[in-house]
Amino acid sequence: MSPSTHQRINSDLLRPLFQTSWRFYLLVAVFGGIVLTALVAWLSQAYFGFGVTGLKWPIYWGFYVTNFVFWIGISHAGTLISAILRLVDAGWRRPVTRCAEVITVFALMIGALFPIIHLGRPWLAFWLFPYPSERLIWPNFRSPLVWDFFAINTYLTGSLLFLLLPMIPDFAVVRDKATGLRKKIYGILALGWRGTPKQWHRLEAAMSIMAVAIVPVAVSVHTIVSFDFSMAPVPMWKTTIFGPYFVAGAIFSGIAGLLIAMALLRRFLHLQEYLLPIHFQNLGKLLLVMALLWGYFVFNERLVTYYGNEPSEMTVFWRTQRESFAPLYWTMVIGNFVLPVVLMGIKYFRTITGCVIASLGVVVGMWLERFLIIVPSLGNKYLPYSFATYRPQPVEIIIAIATFAAMTLLYVLFAKFVPIISIWELKAGGPSERPGPTHQHGSVGPVLLDQPRQ
Amino acid sequence: MKAIYGLYGDGMSAQQAVNRLRAAGVANREIVVISSQPMEEFEFGHMDSKTRIWWIACLGGLIGMATAFGLAWLTEVSWPINVGGLPTFAWWPNLIIIFELTMLGAILATVLTLVVTGGLGRRGGVYDPAVSDGKILVGVENPSESRVRELESALGAIHGAQIKTV
Repeated sequence: MSPSTHQRINSDLLRPLFQTSWRFYLLVAVFGGIVLTALVAWLSQAYFGFGVTGLKWPIYWGFYVTNFVFWIGISHAGTLISAILRLVDAGWRRPVTRCAEVITVFALMIGALFPIIHLGRPWLAFWLFPYPSERLIWPNFRSPLVWDFFAINTYLTGSLLFLLLPMIPDFAVVRDKATGLRKKIYGILALGWRGTPKQWHRLEAAMSIMAVAIVPVAVSVHTIVSFDFSMAPVPMWKTTIFGPYFVAGAIFSGIAGLLIAMALLRRFLHLQEYLLPIHFQNLGKLLLVMALLWGYFVFNERLVTYYGNEPSEMTVFWRTQRESFAPLYWTMVIGNFVLPVVLMGIKYFRTITGCVIASLGVVVGMWLERFLIIVPSLGNKYLPYSFATYRPQPVEIIIAIATFAAMTLLYVLFAKFVPIISIWELKAGGPSERPGPTHQHGSVGPVLLDQPRQ
Repeated sequence: MKAIYGLYGDGMSAQQAVNRLRAAGVANREIVVISSQPMEEFEFGHMDSKTRIWWIACLGGLIGMATAFGLAWLTEVSWPINVGGLPTFAWWPNLIIIFELTMLGAILATVLTLVVTGGLGRRGGVYDPAVSDGKILVGVENPSESRVRELESALGAIHGAQIKTV
C-alpha cells in the first residue's frame, strides 16, 4: 500500500476526531437531555418508592428486567461476532469489528445498570453482595444471580480489553497527527506504542487468545441469563431449550443493532468508502440465518408446550397467542421472522435500507420477546388467585426509552474521540478490504486501492 | 547520536534495508523496524516473534480455575444453607463460576503478558511520526561513531530512502 493511501485512510478516519460539526452538539444535547430526564425519573422512583412503577405482586419483573435481558442480548453484537470473524479470518470484518465491539461494551454497561435500577433502595445495593457480615445474612452462593455476577463481569472485562487492545496502535496514529493537549492525552493512551515487529506480533497473538476465550464466555453469559428464568418453577420458563434459545436471540438482536449502528455511522461520518454494501449484505445473510434459527427455536418451544397440554402452561400459551398479549406476540413474530426472512431472503431487498428496516423490526421484536417471556408467565402462575396484569408506568417507560438514548449518546461520544474503524487493521487488510470509490448497489467486487482516486 | 535510520515507502525496500544492515554486520537484536501495520508478508515482520504468551494464558486460566474453586468452596462451606437438597458444595452450579474465572484468568494473563513483553508503557526508543503515514522505519539505535558512515551508506543504498540521524 502506498504512503498516499495511508494518508488518505488516516485523513478519512481521523476526520471526526479533528472536526466537530454542529450535528455532534445537537445529538449530545438531545440524547443527553433524554438521559437526564431518565435520571430524574429514577431519582423520583428512589424518593417516592416502587409504588410509582407498575411492579406489584405477583409481577415484580417488568420493563426493568426486560431491558436487562434485552441489552445483555444486544451486547452479543460485538465481541462475539468480532471474535468469530477474527478466528475464521474473514477479511471483510476489518471495518466492522470496532463498531461492533463498542456496542458490546456500552450495551453491557447499560444492561448491568438494571439490577440497581430495579432496587427499591439502591443505596442498599451492597446488601446483595455476598461478603462476611455480622447481620447473619447467609447468602445463597448457588443462586443463578451469583452466576450472573461472575459471567457479566468476566464478559465486560474481556470485552473491554478486547476493544481497548487494538485501539492502542490507533491512539499512536492520533498522537502523531494531533497537536497540543490532544497530543499529550493520546500519547498517554498510546502507552508508548511504536509498532515494532515484536509489538505487532504480541498484539496479534493476544487478540487471537482473547478471541478464543471470549466466544465461550459470550455463549455462557446469555445461557446464564436464561438460567435466571429456567431455574424457576414458572410456567413456560422451566425448559431446557432456554439456554440456546437465549443465545441465538442475543446474537440475532446483536447483529440487528450492529447493522443499524453501521448504517448511521456510514451516513453521518461519511464512511461510504469504508462501510461498503458488501458488509451489510454479509451481515444481512447472518441476520437471515439467525431469523430462521429463531423461528426454529420458537417452533420447538411452542410445539412442545402445546403437545404437553399442561394447564398452567397452556394458560400462558393462549394468553400470548390469542388473548391479551396476542397483538404484541404477533408483532414480535412479524419483526423477528417475517420481516427479516422476506427482506434478507430476497437478494433484491438485501440493500443497506433493507438491512436497516429488517434490523429495526428485529430490535423491536426481540425487545417484545423478552417482555413476553417475563410478564405473561409471572401474571399467570398456576392458580387463578395469583393471576394479575401489568401496566408499565411513565417512570419505567421513560427509563426504557432513555436506554436507547444512552446507547446512542455513548456511541456518538466514542466516535468523536476514537477512530470508529480500526485504522491499522484496515491497512493490514488486502486491497479488496480497503476503501475505494463508492460502490453502486449490488457491486460487491474488490476495490483496487492504489489506483488514483476518482 | 541516539540513532540512525531510514524511512522507506514499502515493505520490499524495508526488507532490503534490513538485509543490507545484516550484511554490514549489524545483529538482528540491534536492528529497529517500525511500521504502522503488521508486515507479516516480509521476513523482518517475524523478527522477535517467539513468545510464550499462549502458555502464560493457560497458566492464567489455571490460576483463575484454582481461585474459583477455592472461592466457591470457602463461601459455600462457611455459609452452608440447604438449597433444595443440593450438597453444600455442589459441583454443577460451581462449574459455572469455575469456568468464568478460568477464562478471566486467561484473559488477564494474556493482557499482562502483552503489556510486559510488548514494552507498553515504556518511553524512549527511536520513532518518527512519518510511520503513521505509511513509512517504514529501519535503523540502528546507539550506533558507535565509527560505524555511522557505514550504516548510512547501507540504509541509503535503497532507492527512495530518507536517511535521518537523531
